[in-house]
Amino acid sequence: MRAELADVAPAMATPAQRERAGVDAASSGIRFDDVTVAYNDVVVLDSLSLTVKPGEIVALIGPSGSGKTTALRAVAGFVRPLRGTISIGTRDVTNVAPHARNIGMVVQNYALFPHMRAEENVAFGLRARGAPADVIRERVPECLRMVGMASYAKRFPRELSGGQQQRVAIARALAIRPQVLLLDEPLSALDAQIRRSMLDELARLHRDLPSLTVLYVTHDQTEALTLADHIGIMRDGKLVAFGDAQSLYRYPPNRFSAEFLGRANLLPVREVATTTAGMARVRFGADALIARNHHGLPDGGECLLCVRPHDLRLSPCDSIGNVLGGVVKSVQWQGDMQNVELDVAGHALRLTCAPMHAPPAPGAPLAIHFSASEATLIPEHTLRG
Amino acid sequence: MAELALALPGQASAPSRSAWILPPLLILAALFFFPLALIARQALGGAEGGALSLNHFATVLTSKMFVDGLRNTLVIALSATAGCLVLGFVLSVFIAFTPFPGSSILARLIDTFIALPTFLVALSFTFIYGSAGMLNESLMEIFHLDLPPVDFLYSQWGVILSEITVYTPFVMRPLLASFSLIEPAQLEVASSLGARPLRIVSRIILPAALPALVAGGSLCLLLTVNEFGIVLFIGAKDVITLPLLIYDKAIQQFDYTTACVIAVVNVGLSLALYSLYRFVVAYFGGRRAGLV
Repeated sequence: MRAELADVAPAMATPAQRERAGVDAASSGIRFDDVTVAYNDVVVLDSLSLTVKPGEIVALIGPSGSGKTTALRAVAGFVRPLRGTISIGTRDVTNVAPHARNIGMVVQNYALFPHMRAEENVAFGLRARGAPADVIRERVPECLRMVGMASYAKRFPRELSGGQQQRVAIARALAIRPQVLLLDEPLSALDAQIRRSMLDELARLHRDLPSLTVLYVTHDQTEALTLADHIGIMRDGKLVAFGDAQSLYRYPPNRFSAEFLGRANLLPVREVATTTAGMARVRFGADALIARNHHGLPDGGECLLCVRPHDLRLSPCDSIGNVLGGVVKSVQWQGDMQNVELDVAGHALRLTCAPMHAPPAPGAPLAIHFSASEATLIPEHTLRG
Repeated sequence: MAELALALPGQASAPSRSAWILPPLLILAALFFFPLALIARQALGGAEGGALSLNHFATVLTSKMFVDGLRNTLVIALSATAGCLVLGFVLSVFIAFTPFPGSSILARLIDTFIALPTFLVALSFTFIYGSAGMLNESLMEIFHLDLPPVDFLYSQWGVILSEITVYTPFVMRPLLASFSLIEPAQLEVASSLGARPLRIVSRIILPAALPALVAGGSLCLLLTVNEFGIVLFIGAKDVITLPLLIYDKAIQQFDYTTACVIAVVNVGLSLALYSLYRFVVAYFGGRRAGLV
């Protein structure tokens, strides 16, 4: 293990970053290859195939019981797949013991060792790997500095706030210079304000350590959208969508993804007819609408039209626009925005806009507009696009 | 409102409030302090009508019989406690952190074991390890031996082994309770950081369990110092402990004065160990938990 530590040649964006507690030069990706995990014959992760490229942050999101944490625990070695293989870098780690995987892990409740001071917590992994004393002396303060906790080195976990404890937990995970960093809902136990600040911290940390590969499990779409290069959406043990954060948000491949990643208005439409490249005309009742056909749905079929609440407007669009008539059901003021719930031909639609001086009254008729380029067609029945 | 309700009896005068302590104090005095005082008076020679003196103490405490008894008591108590701590820790780690079918039933059985009388273990050991026990009979038959080859039961080791068997659950119970408070995530994170199982046990589990271990060990020491049934039942040759010495002097030799001197020493030893136990439990947070 000493050799392993000595072999680590950090490869960061700048020499200064390389000097700091960096990561493995040959930054490693993670590969799930048809991984299935079952507990007592109940499949909790079903044939997961997924690649996290070196230096990338991939967020797995999904509701409780969707299998996202199981996927992370399988990488860590705490659950053994029934089938399939897991690789870190070029190494198949499916049957490798957790202590020999060279991973850093941060969990929801920090899991700091309560009888150890912050610096001892950070040094734990290095000591476990038999790192020389001078390496420990150098790296522990380095990692604590990186997360802004250098002045708290002598404190016990009970003397730190939740956010501070989580910073120490991150420093502890980074101190061993892991090949990959696994984050299991790391911000869930923090209150909203600290969560936002920690989210910024994590983003900064990854800018400082660009070659660090991160698998981030969360149920919070904001965390995923803020941090992740790619997002995987899970449901019932299956990966139902995977893609870069923006594409997945703008062109969700299925209903579940559209509804889970951000809020979505979904209207059942029919008679898809391709117009120009990537666009299609559809019918919603008697209305003709134009939307992006990103997924190349065939002409003549039925599908869903997805438009985000903030893409609905009360005034006509400049470009190719659509208009729908509806009746206001409710209006909610939320400080920096206003939510308007509408009934459009029996379908509930939500519009989000800046606060209005004279909001429409419930029961009033209202015309809503949206740009064709901000509406997308998604298949109605398939889970994965 | 609760404070108000509790304060109501306080409206009575101070002397009438103090009267509430009298009944329990009288019962305690009749059942405990008075007999203890009689023992102390006998030990000091007051029962014979003479003046109180420490002469009997000087004679008994310097006798070989007493010194041997005290040494046996301490050696057996300390060895049995050490054994209980080691065995209790290993078994508790196994039950708490190595999930296997029936582990929860096994943990519950420990409570049942605590409820059993101590001499049962000594009796069962006679059947297993005794001269005519199962082990010796089997070995004699297999190896065609004339004499039983296993002969430890009727020695100090037999007593220690029996006491370890009886008192290990007293260590395991608080240990299992403290293990249940360790976050599994801590162990997983330790493992992911590169710690092997032995390091996890020594660096994470053991420090977390130390208060329970020390409290359980202190309790074991207290109980083994006063253990009488096992020592009597095993009947080990030349293994005379203080409780057995008291029994021998009082019941078999009718030497009540010597018996009372030894009893006073035994009570002093027990109270010292009990104080140690309370101190240790309080030091590790038991006072906050209302345990002491």
